[in-house]
Amino acid sequence: MSILIDKNTRVITQGITGATGLFHAQGARDYGTQMVGGVTPGKGGTQIDGFPVFDTVEDAVKATGATASVIYVPPIGAADAMLEAVDAGIELVICITEGVPVLDMVKVKQYMQCREARLIGPNCPGVITPGACKIGIMPGYIHKPGPVGVVSRSGTLTYEAVWQLSCRDIGQTTCVGIGGDPVNGTDFVDCLKLFEADPETKAVIMIGEIGGDAEELAAEYVKEQMTKPVAAFIAGATAPSGKRMGHAGAIISGGKGDAASKKAFLSACGVSVAESPADIAAALLRIWTP
Amino acid sequence: MNIHEYQAKAILKNFGVPVPEGHVIYNSNSARDWAKRLGEGPWAVKAQIHAGGRGKGGGVKIAKTADEVKQFARNMIGMTLVTHQTGPEGKIVKRVLVEKGCNIADEFYLSFLVDRSTNKVTLMASAEGGMDIEEVAANTPEKIFFEVIDPTIGMTAFKARKVAFKLGFKIAQVKQAVPLFINLYRSFIETDCSLLEINPLVLTAEGQLLCLDAKLNIDDNALFRHLRIRDLRDYDEEDAHEIEASQYDLSYIALDGNIGCLVNGAGLAMATMDIIKHSGGEPANFLDVGGGATIERVTEAFKIILSDHKVKGILVNIFGGIMKCDVIATGIIEAAKQIGVTVPLVVRLEGTNVEKGKKMLAESGLNIIAADGMADAAEKIVAAVSDAGRVS
Repeated sequence: MSILIDKNTRVITQGITGATGLFHAQGARDYGTQMVGGVTPGKGGTQIDGFPVFDTVEDAVKATGATASVIYVPPIGAADAMLEAVDAGIELVICITEGVPVLDMVKVKQYMQCREARLIGPNCPGVITPGACKIGIMPGYIHKPGPVGVVSRSGTLTYEAVWQLSCRDIGQTTCVGIGGDPVNGTDFVDCLKLFEADPETKAVIMIGEIGGDAEELAAEYVKEQMTKPVAAFIAGATAPSGKRMGHAGAIISGGKGDAASKKAFLSACGVSVAESPADIAAALLRIWTP
Repeated sequence: MNIHEYQAKAILKNFGVPVPEGHVIYNSNSARDWAKRLGEGPWAVKAQIHAGGRGKGGGVKIAKTADEVKQFARNMIGMTLVTHQTGPEGKIVKRVLVEKGCNIADEFYLSFLVDRSTNKVTLMASAEGGMDIEEVAANTPEKIFFEVIDPTIGMTAFKARKVAFKLGFKIAQVKQAVPLFINLYRSFIETDCSLLEINPLVLTAEGQLLCLDAKLNIDDNALFRHLRIRDLRDYDEEDAHEIEASQYDLSYIALDGNIGCLVNGAGLAMATMDIIKHSGGEPANFLDVGGGATIERVTEAFKIILSDHKVKGILVNIFGGIMKCDVIATGIIEAAKQIGVTVPLVVRLEGTNVEKGKKMLAESGLNIIAADGMADAAEKIVAAVSDAGRVS
């Protein structure tokens, strides 16, 4: 078991004829993911490196039976691509694109409210179930199958945490990058719920950042609902107030959303908090034995 | 992206929002003429810098005569204005807004922002106008009202009325508030704001609502569809290194420490700063070279880090996913050759093609301290910087 994706997940790539889209579609296929085709308006009916290309997501879904889509469309068309995927009945939409306007995301969230589909991202590395399915831009080889769920707002910092686990021979069920934007599809609590319900996941690592209150909401959920051990790291303890630290969502505004208060709150809710980013796996092993 | 008050007011005026008549000037010679053209005094003379809290620092003056307008403008242009938001070094005033004054009967606070917990635009209002809203929120949170706005129907008249009545408006002002609030919301949406703040919104002695100050923060990610607004960017308001970095798609923020950081990914870059501090050092910057860094970008990143003379050592922390470690290694070697890195350089590489990258660095003949893992890297750079300090 795993969450969100497994070896049976059939995936299409929106923006497959772009350099980035194609590169990662190939990488995912090499990993073993069922990459069944792609969409680029105007290039329907053609093939690119063995992938069938369709004009619309609807056509692609009909022809391939895809249930998941990954989006590498530039910011100007990213929101539209998300809406198209949802409209076509895709169950899991993963948007990798960085730089989507926040008001576009407000509309996408509203559109998705009464629909079944789940959105991951935007501005995220994607989702991987090690050994079974990789959708996104993360390096596959650093992961290994195992019992730990990982959920993160960051990209490369997630790789760091995963690597710390894999080096200790501890594998992962699924790793989810939820993205660094202020308005995104899936939050920490959504993922924690899925990990809590997944029998193979025995423990969870959560990687947050400064800004917003998503980590605090997650901490409350851990305290009240979760039976599995959770360790966390919050990046940005040294970040100054009022400065956007790369991610649009990583900003301390009005003295709110700083790392110290997030860490204190997580600790108070029973989460094992790593003080140093080098100790993320160690923080989990303090409260859990594989 | 931040824009100036006078620019924000011009945008709002286009959306039918009542703002005072005014004109921006760059030198005081034209101040008197502009004051007279605006009509009778008094006038407000307001320094145009992006930071708030200008009044307390002497950046907002009320002039009773046209001569006073000129006097205040002359004093302000070129002055270094220090407010609680500029930092101790302050900002040099280069533009001044001359505005027709008004008789203030009452002041209110109004803002629109994207609320992360509801994922919707929210109107925030308070009768405690003209004050620092963060203080109001901390001390008397019950005096702030919120209205969440449905993105599909937008700002509605009934919501505007609800807020207006909560602010204590009389019916004559409620009738003005409805189009005012709706037009502010339209301005917010149509210019892709992340924050639109009116503080204060005033009620004049004559019974008119007027936006006396305006702050617009535009979503950087949406600037591609607002080219005219993008052109309002004032480079004088930004750190020179940050501007240079942005031209190479590098995300750079200067800090106060002496250890330069070059990292891929925003989260890992923040975590690298954190671990330097955790190991007893102080980071000199945040720098994310991004996922698709080229040799040119890595070289530029080094140049920008080294242009900060406080930097006594550099930590490179790369977790290569898409970014291959051998590409980074080539970039480091090229940069070191081109610009001559004389400070200690600790490099931690992990990820795709790591062995190849490490081998290239080891064989480069450069004085590079290799590190395994983040903790090792942080300890090594902190030790190297404190050793260097001892020698000099």
